[in-house]
Amino acid sequence: MTSPFSGGAAIAGIGATEFSKNSGRSEWQLACEAVLAALDDARIGVEEVDGFALFTMETNPEIAVARALGIPELTFFSRIPHGGGGACAPVQQAALAVTSGVADVVVVYRAFNERSGHRFGQGPPPFAYNQNTDQEYRNWINPYGLLTPAQQEAFLARLYMEKYGATSADFGQVSVLSRKHAATNPKAWFFERPITIEEHQASRMIADPLRLLDCCQESDGGQALVIVSTERARDLPHPPAVITGAAQGVGPQQISMSSYYRDDIDAMPEVELVAQQLWRQAGIGPDDIDAAILYDAFTPMVLLQLEEYGFCGRGEARHFIADGNLEVDGRLPVNTNGGQLGEGYIHGVNGIAEGVRLVRGTSVNQPTKTIDNVLVTGGSPVPHSALVLAADR
Amino acid sequence: MTDAPQERRTAVPGLTVTQDNEFFFTAAREGRLEIQRCTDCKALRHPPGPACPSCRSFEWDTVTASGRCTLHSWTVVHHPQDPAFTYPLAVGLVDLEEGTRLVADISGVDHADLRRGLELEVGFAEHAHGEVLPQLRPAGTTAGTRGGSR
Ligand SMILES: [Zn+2]
Repeated sequence: MTSPFSGGAAIAGIGATEFSKNSGRSEWQLACEAVLAALDDARIGVEEVDGFALFTMETNPEIAVARALGIPELTFFSRIPHGGGGACAPVQQAALAVTSGVADVVVVYRAFNERSGHRFGQGPPPFAYNQNTDQEYRNWINPYGLLTPAQQEAFLARLYMEKYGATSADFGQVSVLSRKHAATNPKAWFFERPITIEEHQASRMIADPLRLLDCCQESDGGQALVIVSTERARDLPHPPAVITGAAQGVGPQQISMSSYYRDDIDAMPEVELVAQQLWRQAGIGPDDIDAAILYDAFTPMVLLQLEEYGFCGRGEARHFIADGNLEVDGRLPVNTNGGQLGEGYIHGVNGIAEGVRLVRGTSVNQPTKTIDNVLVTGGSPVPHSALVLAADR
Repeated sequence: MTDAPQERRTAVPGLTVTQDNEFFFTAAREGRLEIQRCTDCKALRHPPGPACPSCRSFEWDTVTASGRCTLHSWTVVHHPQDPAFTYPLAVGLVDLEEGTRLVADISGVDHADLRRGLELEVGFAEHAHGEVLPQLRPAGTTAGTRGGSR
């Protein structure tokens, strides 16, 4: 059974700034540049935009971008919390808006100076100092020295290693693969800079067992996506990336980055919940996914997501990767743009753009096989979101 | 200490103290670890909250934990470094004898000895802003007593 909105909307345009370590311009300008680039890619006029769906963490509000770009009217605007966990959810919002008729052209963007400005890897973000229920969970982690996402995720990575015999080098496979893909992507920060597993193993410890090369980049840049009805997308220049699945998920006893009080802290029920919805909406299963963009803020989450989405059994992801399944010509090409480890960290939204390119057949690392369905995921272990993007066949 | 200048301010946010969790911080100041308990169904819960997720009761009291616990998972933090801590910094997630879990920094354990099931005890120490909060220590050392700052 498919969902009422499944298949009714598509990503028709993608556009980004360069991904850098110091953009030299305002976050507001990055947002505007990315939006214009995505609209140009879709060949849709700027004045036609009537909706925006964003992260709550986005510091450039929709009204600021609408004002700067002279977009006259908005009939839909929505914000989704939970940072990268929610990365795919604004696209769900856009698809719901377009298929229900409340808006015709909805733009999703994420733009920041996350390297030259506030760095998530350096400590709690500015809003962490708000004393309210939203931030109360910090009482139970921050005072004891768990201040950054890497530090907060390390408990899961350690327990996963202990339970299944995985090693740091198993996590490192993801870094090596991402940098290999980035090495052939001119847009990637790490273009032409692959690494070896020895370099991964020699990289300094950040939060044991996470090494520097297990952690994604911090980047400046902006990425935008244009969502319209699939019917309209068929009349536009690029093959539509049809949104056949789009889901959010919160699991039992969910806490941001620190759901440490569940029986199995290395299981992510919110991811499983999203997976079940996607398969139901799109009428497919994991075997039908031809390529995936898995949120890679930290390498262990790629292994855990492979398992939660059912591509391999629990504890088997290291073997699944070692067998070459994630390579461009493997069973499940993953993070063909180099991911956030290799291309850039635009909070997962650059990964959605790569999902679109895979459907269009225009990835710099396009697999030779036919790509019908691409899975794109948001971050974990936080409230989760993901998409299935499909070719219009 | 870290190689950071002494005057660098800690990034640790101040505690968010509410009617739901104040008991924990008050007890910690007095050297006790308290766990919230639903007075209707008797379920223990941590971190604290206003209602029992099992029976939705808003009625609760607390029980004093023994401090005996075992290590469930852990990390040793190297970077970035905050002036409130000494690095490398071990932080543990423990299973308390009473059945709930707790996160705290670990003091007095060789990091090479950290392993699942390691027996530890909950002590107390001053933290970033002078708050007295739980700190994990080797079993049989300082359980239930109020320790000094590091
Ligand atoms: Zn109860």
